[in-house]
Amino acid sequence: MFVSMNWINEFVDLSGLNIEELIHRFTLSTAEVEDIYYKGNDLEKVVAGKIISIENHPNSKKLHLLKVDVGEKVLDIVCGAPNVREGMVVPVAMAGGRVCGGEIKNAVVAGYESAGMCCSESELGISDDHSGLMEIFEDVALGTDICDIYPVKDIIFEVDNKSLTNRPDLWGHYGIAREFSAITKRPLRALAIDECEYDGEEIPVEVKSDAVYRYSALRINNIKKTVSPVAMRIRLFYCGMRGINLLADLTNYLMLEMGQPMHAFDGKKVQSIGIGMAENGGKFTTLDGVERDTGENTLLILNNDEPVAVAGIMGGLDSEIVGDTDSVVLESANFDGVCVRKTSSRMGLRTDASARYEKILDPEMTVTAIRRFVKLLKDIDDGAVVVSKLADKYVKKYPEIELFIDKKYVDRYTGISFSNEQIEETLVSLGFKVTAENDGFKVIVPSWRSTKDVTIKADLIEEITRIFGYDNFEIKTTLSALKPVRAEAVKSEDALIKDLLVNKFKLHEVHSYIWCDGKKYKKLGIDVEENCTILNIPTPENGTIRNSMIPTLLTIAYENKSFAPTFGIFECGRVVDGYLENGYCNERRRLGVVLYDKVGTEKDLYFKMLNMLKFIFRDIKHDDADFTKAVTVAHAYQHPKNTAEISWGGEKLGEMFTLHPMNNQKLDKNAAVVCAEIDLDKFFAIAVADAKYADPSKFPAIDYDLSLVIADKKYADIKAAWESKNIPELTSAKVIDMFDDGTTKSMTVRLSFSAPDRTLAMDEIQAHIDSILASLKEIGVELKQ
Amino acid sequence: MNETKELLIKFEEALANADSSEALEALRVEYCGKKGHVAGLMGQLKNVPNEEKKAFGQAVNEVKQEIEKKLAEAQAEIVKKEEQKLIDSAEDYDVSLPMDMEMGSYHPITLIQREVEEIFRTMGFTIEDFSEIVDDFNCFEALNIPKHHPARDMQDTYYLSSGQLLKTHTSAAQNSIMKKYGAPLRAIFPGRCFRNESTDASHENTFFQMEGIMIDEDISISNLIYFMKTMLSEVFGQDVTVRLRPGFFPFVEPGFELDIQCLVCGGEGCPTCKHSGWLELCPCGMIHPNVLNYGGIDTEKYTGFAFGLGLTRLAMMKYGIKDIRILNSGNLKSLSQFIGK
Repeated sequence: MFVSMNWINEFVDLSGLNIEELIHRFTLSTAEVEDIYYKGNDLEKVVAGKIISIENHPNSKKLHLLKVDVGEKVLDIVCGAPNVREGMVVPVAMAGGRVCGGEIKNAVVAGYESAGMCCSESELGISDDHSGLMEIFEDVALGTDICDIYPVKDIIFEVDNKSLTNRPDLWGHYGIAREFSAITKRPLRALAIDECEYDGEEIPVEVKSDAVYRYSALRINNIKKTVSPVAMRIRLFYCGMRGINLLADLTNYLMLEMGQPMHAFDGKKVQSIGIGMAENGGKFTTLDGVERDTGENTLLILNNDEPVAVAGIMGGLDSEIVGDTDSVVLESANFDGVCVRKTSSRMGLRTDASARYEKILDPEMTVTAIRRFVKLLKDIDDGAVVVSKLADKYVKKYPEIELFIDKKYVDRYTGISFSNEQIEETLVSLGFKVTAENDGFKVIVPSWRSTKDVTIKADLIEEITRIFGYDNFEIKTTLSALKPVRAEAVKSEDALIKDLLVNKFKLHEVHSYIWCDGKKYKKLGIDVEENCTILNIPTPENGTIRNSMIPTLLTIAYENKSFAPTFGIFECGRVVDGYLENGYCNERRRLGVVLYDKVGTEKDLYFKMLNMLKFIFRDIKHDDADFTKAVTVAHAYQHPKNTAEISWGGEKLGEMFTLHPMNNQKLDKNAAVVCAEIDLDKFFAIAVADAKYADPSKFPAIDYDLSLVIADKKYADIKAAWESKNIPELTSAKVIDMFDDGTTKSMTVRLSFSAPDRTLAMDEIQAHIDSILASLKEIGVELKQ
Repeated sequence: MNETKELLIKFEEALANADSSEALEALRVEYCGKKGHVAGLMGQLKNVPNEEKKAFGQAVNEVKQEIEKKLAEAQAEIVKKEEQKLIDSAEDYDVSLPMDMEMGSYHPITLIQREVEEIFRTMGFTIEDFSEIVDDFNCFEALNIPKHHPARDMQDTYYLSSGQLLKTHTSAAQNSIMKKYGAPLRAIFPGRCFRNESTDASHENTFFQMEGIMIDEDISISNLIYFMKTMLSEVFGQDVTVRLRPGFFPFVEPGFELDIQCLVCGGEGCPTCKHSGWLELCPCGMIHPNVLNYGGIDTEKYTGFAFGLGLTRLAMMKYGIKDIRILNSGNLKSLSQFIGK
C-alpha cells in the first residue's frame, strides 16, 4: 500500500520533524516500509502559461507554433498536442527547467525555435493521461510555479502489504496517521464529516445472508460535477489508483483514507438493495467489462433480484456511474471477510476492496464513511443533495473487548520497567479507553482493533512495546536453572552413521524429495507403487509419497553417471510404509544407500556393501546384525536372487540387494549397482551392547585349516556344523580362501582353538574336527581331496 | 722398544689400505688375534731382562690399545660411509606430487545443522526431531491458527490422502515437545518443511527450518533479544547487531521480524541487503498464551519465546549457494564439494 505523507499531515501535524526518520520509526513500530518515493522533486521551472496565439507549423500537420505568455515574457513554443486552443492556460516547462528527470533546453523543432515545452499530466508525473495538454482551470497569475498551484510535491512510502495482514485499521491513511500520532506523541485530528440529519425515503435494504455484518446506504441527487479536483486526482494517482470520475474517485478516496470500501451505484438504476447468496451460478458482468461466473456461495448485491455487484469485490457494469448520472446510491457495508476471500479466490478476482474485507474490517466505520463522503462531495459540488434517510442495517456487531493489565504483567513480559504513565499514554494514543483500576488499568479495545487483532492482554504488550521501540530494550540473559542435556540416539546415532558413511566409506550425502518422481522412475523402468498421495500437487505424476528411499536414490545415481566411474550416495530421510491403525501414515526414518561401480564387479560391490553395513552395526551397536537371503522380494526392481534381509533379534530392519537385470540395464548396462535400506527408527531403538572383554589366553592358540568342497552350500550352512556344537575351545572361524572353477566350489576355513588354562593337546582338537567333519558330511560337504 | 713402534707404523700403513669391514676384521685378527702380532710381541717378554720387563709389557699394551682404538674409529668411519652410500642411492621423493584422494561429502544442510545444534547444545537446549507428516492439529490448531486462516489454504499446504499434511513449518512440533517435556523447557527442533509453491533459484517446495523455544518463569522480550543476538553472533562467528520489528504470526504475541545488520556492508547498504543495511533473518516472538495452553503449560506461571531459523537460507548464505534447487538436486558435482565435518 502506498501512503502519502501530505495526506497523513492532514490528520497529524508533522511539521518540523524529519519525515524520513519518521518513516523509519514506522518500520520499527508498525509495519515494514519497502520503499520511499519523492514526488514532484524532478519538476523545475514549470509554470502556468497562457497560449495567446496558435499558428500551424508550415512543415508539419501535427505541430503548431505557439506564443505562450508566462507572465514575465512570451515564449515561442513548438507543440504537438492535439488539444491546443487559444486562451488555454497550461503548464509550461521553460528552458533550463526539468520535467520527469529530463532537462528542458532551447531547441529547434522541425526548423523552428522552441523555448520550452507545454506539458500533459503524464509529463508532470501526476497522472497517466498523455492524451493532450493539461489545462489549468484555477485562477492563477501567469508564471506561477506548478508546485504552488497543485500539491505535486509529496513523499510517498510503500508498506509491505503482508505486514498489514493483521491490522485491518491500517488499510487507510487515517489509521496510519493514528500510528504516527502515537509515535510522535502529536494529536490526531478528528475526521471532518457531514453532520446533517438526512430526510427522505430510505432505500429499502434487505439482508438475506449471515455473511453481511452491516449495510449502510444513502441516495444523493443533483450532482453536477463529474471531474474530481486535481489535488484529489494527484493523491489517488500517487497512491496507485487512476482517476475515473468524481463519484468513483470519491469512493476510492474514501477507501484509501478510511480503509472502508464503498460503492457508488447509478441512482437511476438502483431502487432497492438486497444482499444474499447466489442460489445457482449465473453470469454477471463486472464493471471491468468481464463476464464472470458467479458460483454458489457468492454473496451478491441485488436490485429487484437482479445482481448489481459481487459483495465486497466489484460492482456490475450495468449500474456503473457514467458521465450523465446526477444521482447516486452509495453503499458502505461490512461483509464477512472469509466469505469475501473465498469468493475472490474462486473467481480469480482480487480487488482493493476484497483485499481490505479479507482483513476483517471494523463495521463501525460504514456510517462515518458515508458522512465523510457527503462532506467531501459537498465541498466539491455544493449543489449535491442527500434525498434519503440513512439506511443502516447493522446485523452483527463485534462485542466490546475489555482487558485488564498492570505494570507487573508488563514488566514481567518485557523484562524492563515501564511506568504507569507510559502504559496509559501509549494505549490512549492508539485509541484504547483506559481507566485506572486496582493498581492497573481497565482497557477497552477500540472497535477498529476489535475484529480479530487485539483479544488478550498479551496483545496490549505488543502495543506498548512497539511504540516504546524495541531498540530501546535492555538485552539480558535469563536466570533459568541449567540442566544437563543428553543427545538422544535419534541425533547421536544419526550423526555416527553419517560420519561412518562419509569418512570411512567415502560416500556422498544427498537430499531428495519425499514424493516419487514418476517421470524419472519410468526412465529406470520403476513403477510408482501405491501409497499415500498428495491431493493437491501441481504435477500429479509426483503425487505419491515414496515407500522406499531406493528408487529416488537410483534416479540420482543415474543422473550422476558422468560424475565418477565409482561412487556411493546415501540419504537419511522419511518414507511412508503403509498406514497406522488410525488411518494415519506410517512414517519411517530410513537410511538408503546406493553404490555404483563401472570398474569392478558386481560381486565385489555387493561384498563392499555387506562389509559396510556390518561395520555400521558393529561400530555403533557393538554387535552383529543377521543377514539372510530373502525368500521373496517386495519390489519389482529388486534382484530375485541377490536380495538379503537385514535383521536384529529376529526383527527385520532392512534389505540389501542388487537390481533386477531389467532395471540395471536401464540405469547403466556397464555398471554394477548395489542398494541397501535400513529402518532407522528400529535401528535407533536397538540398545547398544556393552563392550565385551575376556583376558587373552596365556597359552598358544592352534589353527586348523579345513579345505572343503561345498557344492551349493552357503557359509551359514557350514558354520552350523561347529556352532551347533558349542565348543568352548573354538575361539574363531575365518574364511581364508574361496575357489570356484565353474565345476567345483571350495572354501578354506581356519578354525582357531585355545583354552584359557592349558595348552590344548592335538588329539583333543582332532576329536572336535572329526565331529565337525561328520556333521558337514551330513549336508554333503567334504574335505577336498 | 723399537719393535712396538715398528709394529704400530706397520699397522697404520695396513689400516690406510683397509676400506671395508671385512678388511678391518682381517687386520684385527692379524694384529690383535690370539696369534697376531701383538701376541707375538708379548711372547718376547720372556726374553726381556727382568728390569725392562715392566716397561716392555706396558709398551706392548699401549700399542694394543692404540691399535684397537684405531680399528674402532676406522670401523665407525666405514659404517658412516656405508650409510651415506644408502642415503645417496635413495630415491628423492617428490612431495609436491598431487594426491588423488577419494573423499566422501556431507550435505550442506547437515553441516549447517550440526553447527547450529552445537551452539544450542552448549546453551543447554535439547535437540529434538519431529515427523515430516503431521496433522491439522499440530500444524495449525495448536498454533492458534484459526480455521479460516489463509495459511491453511490449499495453495500453501500439501494435503495428503491420509487426512494429514506435509508440515509447512517446524512450529508444528511445538505442541508435542511442550507436552513431552513440560516447563521449564529449552529445545530446538530442526526439520524439513514443505510448501506448495513453484520452484526457482530462490524458492523450493522442500526446505529446512529450525525452530527454537524457551519457556520458564518470567521469560521476557529482553531475554529473547539476548538469546537471538548471542545465537546469531555464534552462528556467524562475529558480533551481530539485531533489531526487532513488529511481525504477525498467530502463534506468538507479540510477534517480531528479526533483522540483522548486513554482514556484507556492515549496515552501509549494498546489493545483498537491497541497500537497506538490514537482512530479514528470522521470525520470532513471545509464545502466544493459547499455544502454551494447548501444550499444557501454565500461562500464569510461565512465559516463553519461540523463533524460526531458515537453515536452508543460512546454508546458502554461508556457502554462497546461489540456486536453492542445488540442495535437493542430488548433483554430486555440486554436493561432493562439502567435505569434512
